[in-house]
Amino acid sequence: MDALDVARWQFGVTTVYHFLFVPITIGMSLLVAIMQTIWFRTRDEKWLRLTKFFGKLFLINFAMGIVTGIVQEFQFGMNWSDYSRFVGDVFGSLLAIEALVAFFLESTFLGLWIFGWERLPKPIHLATIWAASIGTILSMYFILAANSFMQNPVGFHINPDTGRAELNSIGALLTNKVTLATFPHTFFGALMVAGGLIVAVALWHLYRGQDEQKPAFRTALTFGGWVTILATAGTLISGDFQGKIMTEVQPMKMAAAEGLYETTSSAPFSLLTIGSLDGSREVFAITIPDLLSWLGKGDIHAEIEGINNLQEQYTAQYGAGVNYAPIIPVTYWSFRMMIFFGLAAGALALLTLWMTRKGRTPTSKLLLTAVLTLPILPLVANSFGWIFTEMGRQPWLVFGEMLTRDGVSRSVSMGEVVTSFATFTLLYAALAVVEVKLLLKYAKGGLPEIHPEPGDDEKDDADRPLAFAY
Amino acid sequence: MDLATFWFILIGVLFVGYFVLEGFDFGVGMLLPVLGRNDRERRVVINTIGPVWDGNEVWLITAGGAMFAAFPEWYATLFSGFYLPLLLILVALIVRAVGFDYRGKRTDAAWKRNWDIAIIFGSYAPALLWGVAFANIVRGVPIDADFDYTGGFFNLLNPYALLGGVTMVALCLTHGAVFLALKTEGDIRVRANRIAGRAGLVTALLAVAFLAWTVASFGGNAASVVTAALAALALAGALLANRAGREGWAFTGTAITIGLAVVTLFTVLFPNVMPSSTDPANTLTIANASSTPYTLKIMTWVAVLVTPVVLLYQGWTYWVFRKRIGVHHIPDDGAVSSPAGTAIGGA
Repeated sequence: MDALDVARWQFGVTTVYHFLFVPITIGMSLLVAIMQTIWFRTRDEKWLRLTKFFGKLFLINFAMGIVTGIVQEFQFGMNWSDYSRFVGDVFGSLLAIEALVAFFLESTFLGLWIFGWERLPKPIHLATIWAASIGTILSMYFILAANSFMQNPVGFHINPDTGRAELNSIGALLTNKVTLATFPHTFFGALMVAGGLIVAVALWHLYRGQDEQKPAFRTALTFGGWVTILATAGTLISGDFQGKIMTEVQPMKMAAAEGLYETTSSAPFSLLTIGSLDGSREVFAITIPDLLSWLGKGDIHAEIEGINNLQEQYTAQYGAGVNYAPIIPVTYWSFRMMIFFGLAAGALALLTLWMTRKGRTPTSKLLLTAVLTLPILPLVANSFGWIFTEMGRQPWLVFGEMLTRDGVSRSVSMGEVVTSFATFTLLYAALAVVEVKLLLKYAKGGLPEIHPEPGDDEKDDADRPLAFAY
Repeated sequence: MDLATFWFILIGVLFVGYFVLEGFDFGVGMLLPVLGRNDRERRVVINTIGPVWDGNEVWLITAGGAMFAAFPEWYATLFSGFYLPLLLILVALIVRAVGFDYRGKRTDAAWKRNWDIAIIFGSYAPALLWGVAFANIVRGVPIDADFDYTGGFFNLLNPYALLGGVTMVALCLTHGAVFLALKTEGDIRVRANRIAGRAGLVTALLAVAFLAWTVASFGGNAASVVTAALAALALAGALLANRAGREGWAFTGTAITIGLAVVTLFTVLFPNVMPSSTDPANTLTIANASSTPYTLKIMTWVAVLVTPVVLLYQGWTYWVFRKRIGVHHIPDDGAVSSPAGTAIGGA
């Protein structure tokens, strides 16, 4: 291990950890906004109680998403300063725009939403959660545009004098085809997590909660279930689209995802391969004929390039002495795990809706236990998706432009990186325990009581307690 | 004025915004154990900043992003160079934010006490370390020909920078005390007012010493002398207003003081962004650290269009939550609103 390895591990750990909270923030902000909108339109108190209940779970999670996000922004300068120098002109501008356009919107309006109950007029209060949710979604867009630049750099040229990437088309940068494909995929992936969370909590209450609350949780169950199923479909469709773009712009990543060494026409998709430890030799495999060609290029007879051929091609193009293939077992298995856990979540949501149709409550403990994993399955799928997309880019930091090893901070010592890696790992682990305990406590706590709203003559009462206080 | 200079000014403005806004919520955090004599009072103290601290913190994220985009070299040198202080700032900001959010989510005393410690540490440490960091930037640090910082951690702990750190803590504390006097009522308001008066005198001494040292030793020009002097005057005015019980004016005064102190540092720094004490040839300047004109142009458009809107809605937030808070506004402590969970779930 050297400082480069530790910095990479730190980036991986802090990013995957950050992205446990982000999907919940993206998905839940939108779903809570929808719940509040339904209450606003129907005045059905059930929806108000659901809004407040799931809103609280969302907020417990939101704090963690914010604070782990600041680490991400600082980390580029701290651990990857040569990368920051190289791409600041392009990548930095996206982060700055994200902060200005999205973060301010998200945090300011979320503050207004949390503390604005009973203080803001109802339509304006409803608008604040929508503004926060839109901020969240915008923020996702800019970050994905920044990440997509690393996968498929566009809208720039290299200045021959300084050797740095310089932006020459913001339009190209914002409409990078990888961004356009990744955005819906990530969005639906986030909705799967949020929908799954609602289903799991609601089903738990159908089994073990108070009778008085069961009708509301049944409604929530149906709502969350449909969100999860539709989001699974959205994730599949957008994932297929994304796979074709990936095959086009990062053929090595697709080849690595399949462990496909030789360029093949009518390439099969491998469901399971047991290979030698370095992944170069196949021992046992279950495959579906022609599927890879279809996934990669939309044509069952298409030719998919193999790792060995690409390595030759890249050696000629970028120079010898570098292994241009990512670590094959990592990409191969993370790709499969992403698909497996995602599909499992969709199937489980479908099963839950079927078992609870027409007001039924299934008696199976096994089903309850299984459904409690429903928010976790898509979260795991999301994490494997990120591990796949980031590890699949290796050895490149910016594909075709900068190797990962060249982006690390030269002036930062091994001791410093180890210190920060250890600090974040321990701190994050401790906070994870606290957060999960709190989430469980509030998830089990049930729906809040709704107090009658203050009448008009009380509205100006300066001594009335706050509707929400820390 | 070229766009790079404009962005130097804009980053200065973002840091002014950050220290003026988060400055008072750092101060509120520092005063939590002093002004909150029991849990209910501590909840009053925290709720004065409840709706706004998160939005305040975004000023830092935006300043960081703007540095990355407009001055990549500055961002890269600073963030990799001041590695350990920034790590500590991050840890402090993390536990502080989580503390605000989680403290009230359980009722037991040990839980609350632990998060109180997190909030207090999380408020002192960043103020101190940002003060140290900015003083070092103004003073100049060892930077080699590759623009890499070569000084190590202890090089940052020189007397001038430490004075800068302590001054920043004192400024935030006074600013926070004045804010609490403005936002609370009853007993807490009286005590906050008294603390602001006492802390203000110490702060005035520190601030005058630090600004005088800055202007005298690090190439202070006429403009920086004026801004430093105005900062001192504003602080004097704030203390007088505080004594007279005019909290709005006192808060305006401390806000102007912090703003002008930051402006003074940026004025002294100009046209450099990070001077090298190794060799003046290695100094990072507005010219050699900035992005290309195209990037700056795009960002200028975004900033010009979006910043006024941000100021409007953030200003509106302060207006919505303008009322003073007292102990009677704090709802009873029911961490979980219905006891159903304990009865049925055994949670």
